[in-house]
Amino acid sequence: AASAPKPLPSSGPKSLREMPHPLATSSSEEMGPALTPSPDLLLPRSIADKDLSLPNGTPVDTSSPASSSSLLNRLQLDDDLDVETRDLFVTVDDPKKHVCTMETYITYRVTTKTTRAEFDLPEYSVRRRYQDFDWLRNKLEESQPTHLIPPLPEKFVVKGVVDRFSEEFVETRRKALDKFLKRITDHPVLSFNEHFNVFLTAKDLNAYKKQGMALLSKVGESVKYVTGGYKLRSRPLEFAAIGDYLDTFSLKLGTIDRIAQRIIKEQLEYLVELREYGPVYSTWGGLELELSEPLEGVSACIGNCCTALEELSEDMTEEFLPVLREYILYAESMKNVLKKRDQVQAEYEAKLEAVALKKEDRPKVPTDVEKCQDRVECFNADLKADMERWQNNKRQDFRQLLMGMADKNIQYYEKVCVT
Amino acid sequence: MEDCLAKKLEITVSEAEKRTGRNAMNIQETYTAYLIETRAVESQSEGQCAPVDSLWRRYSEFELLRNYLSVTYPHIVVPPLPEKRADFVWHKLSADNMDPDFVERRRIGLENFLLRVASHPVLCQDKIFYSFLTQEGGWKEMVNETGFQLKADSRLKALNATFRVKNPDKRFTELKHYSDELQSVISHLLRVRARVADRLYGVYKVHGNYGRVFSEWSAIEKEMGDGLQSAGHHMDVYAASIDDILEEEEHYADQLKEYLFYAEALRAVCRKHELMQYDLEMAAQDLTSKKQQCEELATGTVRTFSLKGMTSKLFGQETPEQREAKLKILEEQIQEGEEQLKSKNLEGRDFVKNAWADIERFKEQKNHDLKEALISYAVMQISMCKKGIQVWTNAKECFSKM
Repeated sequence: AASAPKPLPSSGPKSLREMPHPLATSSSEEMGPALTPSPDLLLPRSIADKDLSLPNGTPVDTSSPASSSSLLNRLQLDDDLDVETRDLFVTVDDPKKHVCTMETYITYRVTTKTTRAEFDLPEYSVRRRYQDFDWLRNKLEESQPTHLIPPLPEKFVVKGVVDRFSEEFVETRRKALDKFLKRITDHPVLSFNEHFNVFLTAKDLNAYKKQGMALLSKVGESVKYVTGGYKLRSRPLEFAAIGDYLDTFSLKLGTIDRIAQRIIKEQLEYLVELREYGPVYSTWGGLELELSEPLEGVSACIGNCCTALEELSEDMTEEFLPVLREYILYAESMKNVLKKRDQVQAEYEAKLEAVALKKEDRPKVPTDVEKCQDRVECFNADLKADMERWQNNKRQDFRQLLMGMADKNIQYYEKVCVT
Repeated sequence: MEDCLAKKLEITVSEAEKRTGRNAMNIQETYTAYLIETRAVESQSEGQCAPVDSLWRRYSEFELLRNYLSVTYPHIVVPPLPEKRADFVWHKLSADNMDPDFVERRRIGLENFLLRVASHPVLCQDKIFYSFLTQEGGWKEMVNETGFQLKADSRLKALNATFRVKNPDKRFTELKHYSDELQSVISHLLRVRARVADRLYGVYKVHGNYGRVFSEWSAIEKEMGDGLQSAGHHMDVYAASIDDILEEEEHYADQLKEYLFYAEALRAVCRKHELMQYDLEMAAQDLTSKKQQCEELATGTVRTFSLKGMTSKLFGQETPEQREAKLKILEEQIQEGEEQLKSKNLEGRDFVKNAWADIERFKEQKNHDLKEALISYAVMQISMCKKGIQVWTNAKECFSKM
């Protein structure tokens, strides 16, 4: 919300200004009592904008089309933001295995450092498992349906094919979860979402989850987005273009993923042959006198080449491929948002038509239609804004990614040269 | 050191041509002919360009030459010819004898063969070799007239037949063992290298796909477009570079192959020694038994069991005249035998001496050549890596401009 966020009323720790030692606490044990948000807070701040709601009744955060322009302003500011002006930092690290009677799972430490007023404390440290991240994402999708929510790493892993507890898998997942939270942190609207806040701060997330569910059933809201059965006649050009772009984008990324996998496979086969190649020189060296030294030398070099190649393949698998896949998931979820947008527009157009057909003598256009119009425009604006930043970020990400790939290859060759 | 032919004469195998003709059985066939050019070196130093002599020869004539040299100089490790059929190929190379790449590499191999023979202190002086280089017509007849085929020991062809040699020169036994191992290890090396080349080819070529995808992707991007496009170009360059790299490596493989075949030549010399020693021992054995017979006849005692002894017991002894006659023959034979043994011994010792001298020369040559080959291989690898670094650095730059 572009409107200044109201500070959360709290019964526990004092507000920021009254804290004696703002940044003294670091470990999770010293945190104050868990925040149990009062029922008020479960409803987003748009209480003032009660008349605006989406078909399923979930209130929307943005209050009016006017908010989107201030959103764009904020975007401009974001571009110039240096690290120093950011006021929220989130990190995911320290994976730990937990063994219970029912199941075994991994938790990650989520550390938050902030100077925002929405947070009672400047620092938080909590433990979360994948389920919690998944819950957060669903909540965000529900409560901010007009925004692009970053993707999570894949939920399901085929047992037996991938070891869920292997170091590599856990590390890859940790990085993806860290990326996920950082993207939300960077988003001017999503980062102020209170589910996000709770996720970062609550000691007992499960309790909050249960409360949320209870309240939802009280109000009678359905979790799923109701498709009103409206059909969109035509997508406006710009959104159609985005849709096309996303389609091609996913396709190309998919191809790159396959190529990269193929290269890794070929490299591994090459490695197999190299491993046989080196020792033959050694055997030969054993036969010779004068030549034995140079032959042994060649054998050793080949051995080193093998090691370097192994490292290259590992790096590509662990760092390059996951990011590609993440973006593919991102594109998928973005396409879904586009579809939702289409829905909203369709509803608006249908209602508009209905009114026109009725030909009633009304002094003003019914608020119903007005609402729809607003909604559509909000959606469009949000989407556009998000797309812009997404494009920006994507560019940065890919730049880094491909440069990283190039770097790795360079390193490989340098290592080989040295031997 | 005597002046080698190689120093006086410039020899090149400069061209290869496809020909068709009728062979000995009057059947039409296609073959490749190679142009041998020779030019006297001395007149060049005077600032004049000497005229170039040239003639065409086909592979079978080279083979004939080599057979002649192997038989005529059995104590020499005769340089090998390039392979008759393409072996140790990886998928990109053709196994076809008519393939231009194969013909080209064979041309180089044949030139190398001639240069090796021309720089050998003994072989370069051979008249048949000289005629091979200079006399187009009638050379085949000349070679056959030397009657070298008759000298050829067919037993040498049975490579794996064993002869029970009691006292071989230990050095030759070891050397034969070494040449066997060398052949085995180099063939193994060449086989694996071919597989390695195949795999490496695959890795490089798949990167070419990146080029295509980046290009397609750049079409839908705004700011990222240029960077992706130019990076894609570099990926294409990378994929294409493997062809040249592997062609150079074939040269290294050829150098190894030469020594693979050289090992065979080395083995042949050892076998020759074995055979000579065997013949010597057989001759000595034969002489001893003849002497024994002589003694028995002279003294009338039968020391060892013999059929003759049995028959004479059963059917009566021989007449003194018969015995005299036999004794005379035996004594003649013994005389002959002793002379033969002497000359065989001498032959054997000479052979060992000369062969060992050439073997030492060969060892030095081998060590020198292989060291060079390994060094140039390493240089090739380094240059390949440097190219790799360059391509990826360029790609990185493109990415950084995205």
